[in-house]
Amino acid sequence: MIKVDNLFKTFGNKQVLSDVSFEVAPGEVLGFLGPNGAGKSTTMRIITGFLEPTAGRVEVCGFDLSTHALQAKETIGYLPESAALYEEMTVGNFLKFIAEIRGLRGAAQRQALERVCEECHLDRVWHQAIDTLSKGFRQRTGLAQALIHDPQVLVLDEPTDGLDPNQKFEIRELITHMGRSKAIVFSTHVLEEVEAVCSRAIVINAGVIVANGTPREFKARTPSGRMDDFFRLVTLADTPHPTAAPSDTSNLETHA
Amino acid sequence: MSYFNTTLAITKRELQVYLGSPLAFVFLIAYLILSGIFTFTLGGFFNMNEASLSSFFNWMPWLLIFLVPAVGMRLWSEERRLGTIELLLTLPVTVWQAIIGKFLASWIFLMVAISLSFPMIVTVNWLGDPDNGVIVSGYVGCFLLAGTYLAVSCLASSMTRNQVIAFIFSVMLCLGTTLLGFAPITNLLSRWLTPESIERVANFSYLSHFDSFQRGVLDTRDIVYFVSTAAFYLFITSLVVRQVRAR
Repeated sequence: MIKVDNLFKTFGNKQVLSDVSFEVAPGEVLGFLGPNGAGKSTTMRIITGFLEPTAGRVEVCGFDLSTHALQAKETIGYLPESAALYEEMTVGNFLKFIAEIRGLRGAAQRQALERVCEECHLDRVWHQAIDTLSKGFRQRTGLAQALIHDPQVLVLDEPTDGLDPNQKFEIRELITHMGRSKAIVFSTHVLEEVEAVCSRAIVINAGVIVANGTPREFKARTPSGRMDDFFRLVTLADTPHPTAAPSDTSNLETHA
Repeated sequence: MSYFNTTLAITKRELQVYLGSPLAFVFLIAYLILSGIFTFTLGGFFNMNEASLSSFFNWMPWLLIFLVPAVGMRLWSEERRLGTIELLLTLPVTVWQAIIGKFLASWIFLMVAISLSFPMIVTVNWLGDPDNGVIVSGYVGCFLLAGTYLAVSCLASSMTRNQVIAFIFSVMLCLGTTLLGFAPITNLLSRWLTPESIERVANFSYLSHFDSFQRGVLDTRDIVYFVSTAAFYLFITSLVVRQVRAR
């Protein structure tokens, strides 16, 4: 459903992504891990059509982003990092605007609005301006915006960032629930989150994919059997991962 | 149809923002007070002893140089500052739909603001017997001029995250282009340039083209001038917005 082929991206003379390739099938929840600045957000921005890759190809639901960007974007729901939203609008007006852009009108629009209002528990703040919302409600509004057209593909950039444990739990439940039918990519820094909701995970470091497999496979690769040890193993510069990584990756992929 | 609907949805949202914020009211009050002061005191409306709005229209290009950028400066720079440009451009929206949608909203707002000076039309009709055709043509000129200034502001706004920089940059651009046809400047240029080249330079000025509207002449060439200048600036805006994505 999402097919990323040999993605390269440079900002000025800085190489941000090099040769990133992966696929996500429907019913799969892919966790996207990596240190800050590793290229997670850049990859997501390319998949959603905000940034153009320097080289490489992205296909979403069969639509090539470089030639059929609009059709591809219609199938994607995207929650940008830290949920940048139109601050001065009320939650209701904002979601109505997104629904209109998504081509939902009349009864279909009303139904979609009611659905996301319920799914994301927004009824209490429906008439409130977005800039007065707490972090949790902002994030939920951003999520509601991504879900309004019931997309086949969901791209969520750190959906649980800055939320309290209850809110995190709620968002995870939502992702798990939706992951049954959709293709979901989400990035996170919370490793137990990956274990809880992902069917597969990718670790990216300095623009290169250093691991691709199931959380269980990751844990099996460390003596302690812990995710955070594995994360350190593949992302810390002083570990010997750059040479070991390519073969490890292919090895894991055959297991997956 | 859906192409148009998307543009319209963006226009509606932008209009909501204007009307929902104090900006609209501050702008309207500032515009009405300033245009009144310019018309009646500096423009010498009563001393002219003629039933026309020329004292009002004379000042409009200068007033709009400052007021239009105040309306247009937020269009793109705010999207860039808040990061909502990412949301906007990942929706199924083309860059042109976004540009036209935003432009239309601000232009409609400006036209409504300019139209709110209608008590002047009532006054001058009550006091005398003006040529209302000239007044209508003057208003058409104002709308077109505002649209062109607005396209300049769109460009300035797309180039920075900072609204103040966008404002100053578009004021400078509008002012510079307008001054090319301003008599003191053309007189100064006549020291070095031949009359033909001065005319050519002055032809680039908004002022030269606005003048004919003010005289009641609706010339296709002037309309084409304003529309094509606006289209040019919006085209450059589209390049800048695309550049943000290819960065």
